[in-house]
Amino acid sequence: MKFRKAISSPYIHHPPYSTAGMMFSVILALLPALAIYALLFGWGVVVNAALAVGVALVCEAGMLAVRRRPLFPTLGDGSAILTALLLVFALPPLAPWWLTTVGVAFAIIVAKQLYGGLGFNPFNPAMVGYVVLLVSFPKELTLWSMPLSLAGSSLDFSTTLSYIFSGSLPDGITIDALTAATPLDTMKTQLGLGRTPGAIAASEPVFGFLGGKGWIWVNLTLLAGGLWLIRRRVISWHIPVALLGSLAAISSIFYLLDSAHNASPLFHLFSGAAILGAFFIATDPVTAATSNPGRLWYGAGIGVLIYVIRSWGGFPDGVAFAVLLMNMAAPTIDHYTKPRVFGHGDRDA
Amino acid sequence: MANPQYTEITRNGFWSNNVALVQILGLCPLLAVTNTTVNGLGLGLATTLVLVASNLIVSLIRNIVRPEIRLPAFVMIIASLVTAIELAMNAWFHDLYNILGIFIPLIVTNCAILGRAESFAVKNTPLPAVVDGLAMGLGFCSVLVVLGGLREAIGSGTLFANASLMFGEWANVLTVTLVEDYRGFLLAILPPGAFIGLGVLIAIKNVLDSRSAQRRERATGSGTAPAPTTAQ
Repeated sequence: MKFRKAISSPYIHHPPYSTAGMMFSVILALLPALAIYALLFGWGVVVNAALAVGVALVCEAGMLAVRRRPLFPTLGDGSAILTALLLVFALPPLAPWWLTTVGVAFAIIVAKQLYGGLGFNPFNPAMVGYVVLLVSFPKELTLWSMPLSLAGSSLDFSTTLSYIFSGSLPDGITIDALTAATPLDTMKTQLGLGRTPGAIAASEPVFGFLGGKGWIWVNLTLLAGGLWLIRRRVISWHIPVALLGSLAAISSIFYLLDSAHNASPLFHLFSGAAILGAFFIATDPVTAATSNPGRLWYGAGIGVLIYVIRSWGGFPDGVAFAVLLMNMAAPTIDHYTKPRVFGHGDRDA
Repeated sequence: MANPQYTEITRNGFWSNNVALVQILGLCPLLAVTNTTVNGLGLGLATTLVLVASNLIVSLIRNIVRPEIRLPAFVMIIASLVTAIELAMNAWFHDLYNILGIFIPLIVTNCAILGRAESFAVKNTPLPAVVDGLAMGLGFCSVLVVLGGLREAIGSGTLFANASLMFGEWANVLTVTLVEDYRGFLLAILPPGAFIGLGVLIAIKNVLDSRSAQRRERATGSGTAPAPTTAQ
């Protein structure tokens, strides 16, 4: 199966990627960031990734069997693996096994296969899985690991395994010694206490340059991976540029108006899931808008929504909700940004 | 002669023309209150009562009310009945009344009730009208209970929690704890769980229907296509 662009001729002339080629390129672009993530946050990332990919493949195979569809074309296209890996980035590194399993299973079974499989799902499966977990298990999702350089103690591979699968920690280590509020969460809480962003960044140990310690390296690697995808023309530049551009624009406006109560644009760009969302999640060809002007509107909408949810919403980060909301708007955007068919219609119409 | 007619009415109400699963009417209360079995049962029974009474009264006055003003007249009847039920529940099932809240007065706006008055009761004698109201009401009620049970079981791992709200203190023994120390799956209790649950129930009904249609086709050996089960 190939993605056919819903644009009229003249067609884009770069070599079209097959679905599998596209998915595996995106996975390849994610792997360095995953490695950095594991290096900085511990073995939990690796365990989670293996578990998520396994569950995703099992669920996909099960649903395909129930739907009497051929197994290998779909299992081999990498889309389930990609969904699983994206979810791993969204979940805390020490997420218990059942949390990862429920999220991945919901993403694959409900958000993807029940809607008819890859190409028919109106919502990004990984983000549906994440949001289900976020609204259902708020407590578990606040237990974010600290970067290893900050944590008082760390877990080796076997203790990580035993914590993820049985919830037991070795003597002398408490979960509080391993987890802390994320940079976005800290910023939100402290801003709520009336402190200025500068004072917060200077006094809270979780902040480094640009964004959170540790997190910044994951985000920079993701940025590199995303730029590589644009260069390889796996994704077009429109959505990432519009998303990050609108997020930067709206956060700059508020920062310039009142820098004592609003975090800087750089903080917004390099914290949380903004970069992951811009290059890897919002660009999902199934759920995004399809025409180039449509992609700009779609990306810009996500950027603005991310800022709105981060600043005035109930959650520290809003990428998942923003992406899902704009997924909903994508058909309408496509309707209003349909390119004029060559030789038909009036340019002014 | 009367029997086949009543069987047909009953089957329509419970299955082939079910208010919730086929006509997709009355979704607002259906989705809002089915977070536990008991809430579903409470609202389902209240709706059934209104439906039976309104069908009976509409059928009795069907030759007196002029067609031009029938809709306002029906709405008045239904509104009076709902007010009576609301007062009765406030008096005798006060805790349940507090939980169901606005959704008891909202029974007035349940399209299924006006729909049955308009499409059935006004054209039939009182007895079939009452049977129709009962069948449609219990069909709706059973969907509320099943959906409530589903959401309660997945969401909080129990069944028939707070049954005492409805049946008195002894009913606490009815509460079944399915999983000890269940963490709770909040999504099932929240509104999305209602939409997903109803979607799953409709899907199951359609699968059962198409299976039985296939079986019937194979049994008769005729190639006639089964009539689609759509709302009348």
